[in-house]
Amino acid sequence: MTYLSWLFSAENWAGGADNPGIAQRLVEHLGYTALTLVIALVIALPLGAWIGHSGRGGFLVVGIANALRALPTLGLLVLLFLAVGLGLLGPLIALVILAVPPLLAGTYSGVANVDPQIVDAAKGMGMRGREVLFKVELPNALPLIIGGVRSALLQIISTATIAAYVGLGGLGRFILDGLSQRDFPQMIGGSILVALLAIVADVVLGGLQKLLVSPGLQERSAASKPGRLRLIRGGADTGASRAA
Amino acid sequence: MDWVFRNSSLVLELTGQHIVFSLVPVLIGLVLAVPLGWLANRTRIGRSLTLNIAGFLYTLPSLALFVFLPPIIGTRILDPLNVIVALSVYVLALLVRTVADALNSIPSTVVNSATAMGYRPGRRFLTVELPLAVPVILAGLRVAAVSSISLVTVGSVIGFGGLGKMFTEGFQREIPQETISGIVLVLLLAIVVDGLLLLAGRALTPWDRPARTRRTAGTAS
Repeated sequence: MTYLSWLFSAENWAGGADNPGIAQRLVEHLGYTALTLVIALVIALPLGAWIGHSGRGGFLVVGIANALRALPTLGLLVLLFLAVGLGLLGPLIALVILAVPPLLAGTYSGVANVDPQIVDAAKGMGMRGREVLFKVELPNALPLIIGGVRSALLQIISTATIAAYVGLGGLGRFILDGLSQRDFPQMIGGSILVALLAIVADVVLGGLQKLLVSPGLQERSAASKPGRLRLIRGGADTGASRAA
Repeated sequence: MDWVFRNSSLVLELTGQHIVFSLVPVLIGLVLAVPLGWLANRTRIGRSLTLNIAGFLYTLPSLALFVFLPPIIGTRILDPLNVIVALSVYVLALLVRTVADALNSIPSTVVNSATAMGYRPGRRFLTVELPLAVPVILAGLRVAAVSSISLVTVGSVIGFGGLGKMFTEGFQREIPQETISGIVLVLLLAIVVDGLLLLAGRALTPWDRPARTRRTAGTAS
């Protein structure tokens, strides 16, 4: 229980003039996360939707998603720090590079794996390419797209923690400051906060998925086992990469 | 590249550490995931319980897990055991789902045939169901191994060894070559291990070979 004393002290939450408290670090962490997610979504959503819709370059997405899985984020962070120096830019680039592949893979495989009969039916009803994409393919792909967002979000939250190593704020500060001051309650408090944040974010997105995806699709996506396996074999499975 | 040759003894030592830190957990995770994945398919409640716990564990950020494991398992904060336990948890969390799905996807006609031929459940699992599940399990294992190799480097933030140490040292002493060498070595290690797993999978599933071998076998007979 002594380990938890740090976490439950009001003083640590409020912080002081020269040492930011938990509240401020939490806001910083959320800020980096939101900024990264928005940039990554702007890049990955249109690209993934186009690749899935047109069927061009799918192997490229799978290849890139697989290759980047092995890229160590800490190394990337340090390298970008040495290249662009102190500030938000380096860590932000590293986080975006990390978040794009799961989003891209989720969007691409979501759109590409929509039942061809459904797409044919939409075309038969007179829909054009763009209409097919927005009215049929994207809504049908939503479970996998949100799956991609979930896995990207987890990786961003985890990795924003290591970004403290190259001078950024956020909850990782408590782990690193705690380490340098031999203050283990602070380290453990910081770790628990990061873990809680990741869990809450995942639960919120899970709820969002239930809300956004049409009920008919939810039952089907739960039942479609072969689809799942095909994705895992293809290597573009969105939930299956772990970053930091 | 020059940097690696000048510091080859350090690089070799760190690579060795890295291999132990990343691959021992893969082995532990796999050994535990097979029975758990099998159990997950027995009952509906077992399935939702196992998969939900696995999903929860997978959500925890690794750096956080490295830090708050010591008070739970009673180790010191820089004990290498923390890295190995934490990564085993991830591999297990990932593979339980894969094993459960793989076993679940085996056609029931195959399982029924085996039963009809007199296979008892234990032997049927080991000689029929498990081998047929190998391709899917292997796909999950490759993902687990590659992300495990990449994840070990995170531990170097709080002082664990392995190739990640080349990132933190490169950072502290501002030697970009050291950081770059570290990244390249991690990627190389991941590619080599991935390739080895792929070959092992081919060796384990002779019936799943590409059409070419099957055709030569056909002309021979």
